[in-house]
Amino acid sequence: MEQFAQLTSTLAPLPIQDIDTDQIIPARYLKITSREGLAEGLFSNWNDDPNFVLNVEHYKAAKILLAGNNFGCGSSREHAPWALLDHGFRAVISTRFADIFRGNSLKNGLLPVTVDQPTWHWLLEACERDPSTEVSIDLETCTLQLPEGSGIAPVGFEVDPLAKSCMLRGTDQFGYLLEHLPQIKAWVAEHPAPVDTRPIKSA
Amino acid sequence: MTTPKTLFEKVWQRHSVVPPASPGLPTVLAIDLHLIHEVTSPQAFSQLETNNLPVRRPYQTVGTMDHSTPTDPSITRDHWTVLDAIASKQLDRLDQNCERHGVPLHGWGSNDQGIVHVMSPELGLTQPGFTIVCGDSHTSTHGAFGAFAFGIGTSEVGHVLATQCLLQHKPKTFEVRIDGVAAPGVTAKDLILAVIAKNGVQGGTSHVFEYTGEAIRALSMEGRMTVCNMSIEGGAKAGMIAPDEATFAYLKDRPHAPQGAAWEAAVADWKTLATEPGATYDKQLVLNAAALEPMITYGTNPGMAIPVTDTIPDPACQPDAARPSLEKALDYMALKPGAPILHQPIDVVFLGSCTNSRYSDLEAAATLLDGKKVHSEVRMLVVPGSAHVKRRAEENGLHEVFKAAGAEWREAGCSMCLAMNNDKLGPGEYAVSTSNRNFEGRQGPGGRTFLASPLTAAASAIAGRVADVREIL
Repeated sequence: MEQFAQLTSTLAPLPIQDIDTDQIIPARYLKITSREGLAEGLFSNWNDDPNFVLNVEHYKAAKILLAGNNFGCGSSREHAPWALLDHGFRAVISTRFADIFRGNSLKNGLLPVTVDQPTWHWLLEACERDPSTEVSIDLETCTLQLPEGSGIAPVGFEVDPLAKSCMLRGTDQFGYLLEHLPQIKAWVAEHPAPVDTRPIKSA
Repeated sequence: MTTPKTLFEKVWQRHSVVPPASPGLPTVLAIDLHLIHEVTSPQAFSQLETNNLPVRRPYQTVGTMDHSTPTDPSITRDHWTVLDAIASKQLDRLDQNCERHGVPLHGWGSNDQGIVHVMSPELGLTQPGFTIVCGDSHTSTHGAFGAFAFGIGTSEVGHVLATQCLLQHKPKTFEVRIDGVAAPGVTAKDLILAVIAKNGVQGGTSHVFEYTGEAIRALSMEGRMTVCNMSIEGGAKAGMIAPDEATFAYLKDRPHAPQGAAWEAAVADWKTLATEPGATYDKQLVLNAAALEPMITYGTNPGMAIPVTDTIPDPACQPDAARPSLEKALDYMALKPGAPILHQPIDVVFLGSCTNSRYSDLEAAATLLDGKKVHSEVRMLVVPGSAHVKRRAEENGLHEVFKAAGAEWREAGCSMCLAMNNDKLGPGEYAVSTSNRNFEGRQGPGGRTFLASPLTAAASAIAGRVADVREIL
C-alpha cells in the first residue's frame, strides 16, 4: 500500500447520491484473480458518455473524487477502491460513506474524507466553475485546506487512529492484527471452535 | 445491577478477544464462521501466500461456488472453460486454494453447493450467537438466527484466513420494530422494502439493525432471512433477530447443528441471547405491518420503493438534494413521474437470489403458477438457491409446475441477481426480480429492475405486467 501523507490535487466532481459499488466497478469485471488493471472497468456503465466527468479533459488528472452522499453503498467488493486507485484517485470527498467501502478504502491507501454539506457544496461549485481549483489534504493533521481566497478556514475530518497511522506509514492493517496473535491463541485455548465445517452427512 | 443488554451487545462481548487499547482503536473480534466463494477470495489467498502464512482455522471456513457459475443445466464445467475462460480460471483457483489449505469446499456440482447465504443455514452451520463473515455484503442474511453477520472486503477475508479474527469498530444499535399482522400478499420482502423506503439506503450506516415486533416474530426462518438479507440495502452493518422456537425448530437435526446433549445445552444458551427488557438502542424505527401493501421498486436503489398501487414519485416534488438522483433514476428506468407502476409491461421475471430463492419462496410462486402460463412475452427464470432447494423442489414437483407454466428451471447460483454469468437482462429490458439490488446495470448493462416478492413476481409473470398479487390470491 502506498504511503499517504499530503495530497494537493484538483477535484473530479460526481455529484450523484448513493453511488453504489456496482457503478464504481460492475460485477463483470470481478472475475480476475489479481488486484491490478481494474481502472478499465471504473464507472464503465457511465463511461460511454463523452460528457462523463472522467472523459472531460480537465478533470482527467484529478486525484480527488468529489462524490455525492453515501458513496460506495451496496456490494462489499474491494475491487471498488482498487479500481479508483488504479485510475489514479488517492482520496474521495463526500458527506457520507457506506461502511464497507470506507473500511476497504482505508486498507488500500484510498482516503475517504467526510465533510459537511456547506463545505461539499463549496467544493462542487468551485471545481465546476474552475476545474483547476486545487485543495490540499493533510492526513497527519486531518485537515482539508481550501484554496487561498476561499475565505474558508481549513476543514477538519476524522480518520480512525489505526487507519491513519497505517496510511501515513504505507503499511496495511494486517501487521497490527498479526501482532495480536499471542492474545488470539490464548483466547482460542479457552474458547473451542463452535463449529466444524468439514462435511458430516448430506442435509 | 448490570445494564440490560441488547442481542448485539451480547454477541459482540462474547467475541471480543482484545478490547480497544485506547479510544478509537478497533477491537480484535473472533470470527466463528467464515464463508468464502470464488469472486472475493483469490486475492486473499494470495495475500496469505505472500506473507507465507497458513489458514489458521481451516475448519471454521467453508467455500462454495455461486457468483459466476452458469445455471443453465446443459453447461458442463469443461464447456464453461470455453464459454467463459476467465470466470472458469477463478473457479479453478478456489478449488486449488481450498485443496492447498484444507478448507472444506462445496464446489461445482456437489450435493451441498449453493448460494453461500442459502447453503450455510440449511447445513446448520449458521447458528445463534455466532459471528459470521463473508466477502459478500448479503452476509447480513445470517442475522436471522441471532448471529452477528456482516460482509467484508477481500483484505479482511485474508485477515480471517490468517487469524480467525477481524479488527472491528463497534457499531451502534438500531431497533426496527414491525408491529401488527401483515395482510395476505404482504410478505417478508415487502416488510424489508417498506423499511428501506422509509429509512433510506443510508439510514442504517454504522448501525446494526435488530428487527423486533409481532410481524417479525410471525415470520418463518426463511422470511427472517429475507428481511436480514436486505439490511445492507438499508446501509446497516448487519441485521439481527433474536432466536426463538422457530429458530430452534429450523436448526434441529441439521447436519452441522449440535446433536444430543450438546443440542440441549446449545438451546439453553441461545435462549439467553435475546435483548433484555429495558435495554436501549441508539436509534429506533417503528412500522405497522397491517398498514403495508405489497411493495415494488421503481428506481435504481432499493430505497426507491412504493406500494404496488402507488404512482411513481415526481422529482419536482422532492427536496433539492434528492431531485437529481431521482431524475437520473427515472431517466434510466424510462418511467414517467406520476404514472402508476401497476400494469407496467415487463420482459423478464427472475425468481432467485440469496434474498428469495429458498424452498418457501419457490413454493409460494409455484402455488400461483400452478395450472397457469407465464405470459407469452415474458421470459421467467427460476433459479433455486442451492442444490438442496433444487432437489427438494423436484421431489415435490415444483419444477414441473414451473416448466408447465413455461418458466426455465435452472441450477443453483446467484445468476441474474448480479449477471456475472450468462444470465442477464438485455439493454432496456424490464424485469420483476426477487433479488436485492436494482442498481443501474446490475442485472445486465442497460437492464431495468423492479424488486418485489416472489408472489408479486409470479403474479407479474402471468400478467406480463407489474401485477398486484392480491387480485389473484
